[in-house]
Amino acid sequence: MMTKHNPFRCARTTLMTLVASVSVSLALTANAASLPTAEINTTGLAITDDTVTVGILHSLTGTMAISETGAQEAEKLAIKQINDMGGILGRKIEIIQEDGASDWPTFAEKSRKLLVRDKVAAVFGCWTSASRKAALPVFEKENGLLYYPTFYEGLEQSKNVIYTGQEATQQILDGLNWVAKEKKAKTYYLIGSDYIWPRTSMKIARKHIENVLGGKVVGEQYKPLGDTQFGSVINKIRLKKPDVIYAAVVGGSNVAWFKQLKAAGITSKKQTLLTISVTEDEVLGIGGENLEGFYSIMKYFQSQDNENNKAFVAAFKEMWGEDSVIGDVTQAAYLGPWLWKAAVEKAGSFDVDKVVEASETGEIELTTAPEGYVKLHPNHHLWSVARVGRWNKDGQATVVYESELIEPDPFPAGYQ
Amino acid sequence: MSFFYNKLIGGKEGLTGLILLALLILVVFPLTLDLFRLNLVGKYLTYAFPAVSLVLLWGYGGILSLGQGVFFGLGGYGMAMFLKLEASSPENTAIQSTPGIPDFMDWNQLTELPWFWEPFNSFAFTILAILIIPAAFAYIIGAAMFKRRVGGVYFAIITQVIAVILTILIVGQQGYTGGINGITDLRTLNGWDMTSDSAKYIFYFINCALLLCIVLLSRFILTSKFGSLLLAIRDKEDRVRFSGYDVSNFKIFIYCFAALISAIGGAMFTLQVGFMSPSFVGIVPSIEMVIFAAIGGRMSLIGAIYGTLLVNFGKTAFSETFPELWLFLMGGLFISVVMLFPNGLAGLWNDYKHHLTNRFAFITKRFKSQKTLTRPTNAESESLS
Repeated sequence: MMTKHNPFRCARTTLMTLVASVSVSLALTANAASLPTAEINTTGLAITDDTVTVGILHSLTGTMAISETGAQEAEKLAIKQINDMGGILGRKIEIIQEDGASDWPTFAEKSRKLLVRDKVAAVFGCWTSASRKAALPVFEKENGLLYYPTFYEGLEQSKNVIYTGQEATQQILDGLNWVAKEKKAKTYYLIGSDYIWPRTSMKIARKHIENVLGGKVVGEQYKPLGDTQFGSVINKIRLKKPDVIYAAVVGGSNVAWFKQLKAAGITSKKQTLLTISVTEDEVLGIGGENLEGFYSIMKYFQSQDNENNKAFVAAFKEMWGEDSVIGDVTQAAYLGPWLWKAAVEKAGSFDVDKVVEASETGEIELTTAPEGYVKLHPNHHLWSVARVGRWNKDGQATVVYESELIEPDPFPAGYQ
Repeated sequence: MSFFYNKLIGGKEGLTGLILLALLILVVFPLTLDLFRLNLVGKYLTYAFPAVSLVLLWGYGGILSLGQGVFFGLGGYGMAMFLKLEASSPENTAIQSTPGIPDFMDWNQLTELPWFWEPFNSFAFTILAILIIPAAFAYIIGAAMFKRRVGGVYFAIITQVIAVILTILIVGQQGYTGGINGITDLRTLNGWDMTSDSAKYIFYFINCALLLCIVLLSRFILTSKFGSLLLAIRDKEDRVRFSGYDVSNFKIFIYCFAALISAIGGAMFTLQVGFMSPSFVGIVPSIEMVIFAAIGGRMSLIGAIYGTLLVNFGKTAFSETFPELWLFLMGGLFISVVMLFPNGLAGLWNDYKHHLTNRFAFITKRFKSQKTLTRPTNAESESLS
């Protein structure tokens, strides 16, 4: 650019011109906006010389709001921290927030709005599988990029989604191995809410119990979402006397389930219970005293004792209040913007195709993750650790077991 | 000619309203809105089908159904089943344990297509099923209720219960229905890419055309002798019965017709949005449909369409602008409409139209031929632009 407009025409000054243009280009490189917007954004995303726009799409209203609040808070925290560090490729992140309203079609509508109208470079959002399934065709059609935070049933791998939660086998297998070894469990009673995630999880659990652990499933039952009558299940459990109750009851049903268990005298003194659906967020509703001594398998617990997590918990509480609790999904949501930052910087571009390509190299990793160390697998899921936590009265868990890093396998052979 | 003009169009009054509506949805929206917004309007207009059906059923027939979502859902699911089978060809589903069946069946350990899914391989059958199944279901409910003279609030509660039962059934039988996720990922219709821009325009115009046809058909029914009887039944059911009419048959007919209209809306919804889920079947969407009709004015076919548009535009606009408190704004909108215009938007229009006509009488005289065009747009079309 400089040489074209340079005022020196004399041959004698060619050298000077050269020096000048070199120093100018050096100065440009030193500048934060060294990368021209046209170069790092060839697909017309909402990116200016100093900002990049992303979307956050969670339910702020409706039945899912209570669960999704933590996730969107964590995403905002991560974005704020990234901005404080200077943003991504010299650009500050700006947020457009939309409300999915606990309504799956609304998630599809708002995804389309974020991608088509707002041209956001990435979306952090969705919580339930149903909302992801509704939004997925939109992301694939419009070639968007979604960071999805919830632990889920697997059986999916989209080019346009990065799954920052654990897929089913990462959560289930190690926990079952642990309970079989530690509690000498032979008989299992499976109970879950009736939708795709518990059903798939229980299918995997049953195969693992029967084929690998040599145990026996003495009961398997599903209750409608939102059901609060667990009397008949509890009677059956009394009759079958399983070594382990393996539970995937979700949402409001959880409160009834654990209270009725306690009322029926089934407590951790006599009964081992392992759940894959209770995080610190749910404990708020259930009450620590109703859960005391039961176990959850997650990849993250707020009580985890490492420097990353201490800093994260402190920053979260500073931004969102001293009383906030942080569950597994909240932490996974926090990873989203950081993983995106790492991939964008590796790609040197905000283009979705290039970011996806960078994400699929298997080299995107975070050493600063609250859960410890995470790495993105080329199959768009994260390597993660399974942890068993024992619930205390105060609503926090004590981690009693930690696995090695587990490879994500959304289509597990032998478990389908 | 004048017979049809009066019966079908509803005379000069009806013609004006119809032309205004047609101009708005066929000309103004496509010209002023980009494809994303137009697709949203298309989605809203599919909700207008059940809203129009409620004008017939509730406004004229006095039968409050709090379960129109059932028929909307049946129509939508019928279309979704056909599209899902097309999307589940063995090549597309090679990764599954049983290729060739919808993905959610595979996840639920089904190894073959259930028998009641088989016929939905045929497009012709699907269209017939969308038209017949909801109407037949409505006939069964209607016959069971109206023959026994169940009406009023009891009928409303029973329709609501049916909506709940159907939701629980769909959610519970997820191996057969897709459960709470619904039937998703529908992309092609007979090999034609439904998600392309041209497809979206085509569906939008088909949707508008169907809606206008249904308004005409409904008006034909209302201006016929049947329409007068319907009103009579609403106001003094016993007197009609004593006059020798079999009241229940009239009620069953209008209930079936309303079900049919709602089902067409559901099928159009699936085509435009690309999936169907139980969240359109239950109590909440069913009551929302009643709200659309109430806001628009429950005695006005066209008012119901404006009501649907207004409420949904409000929903989208408020939730985009104020994601944290949009529900309060919606609540405010409902309360103010009910308080200020108890007869809905149509009532507002009727109250004020002679003021407007007087004011514009001068213009009207001079440009009589252009009357319909120069008439100022009413409240609802202003808020839409």
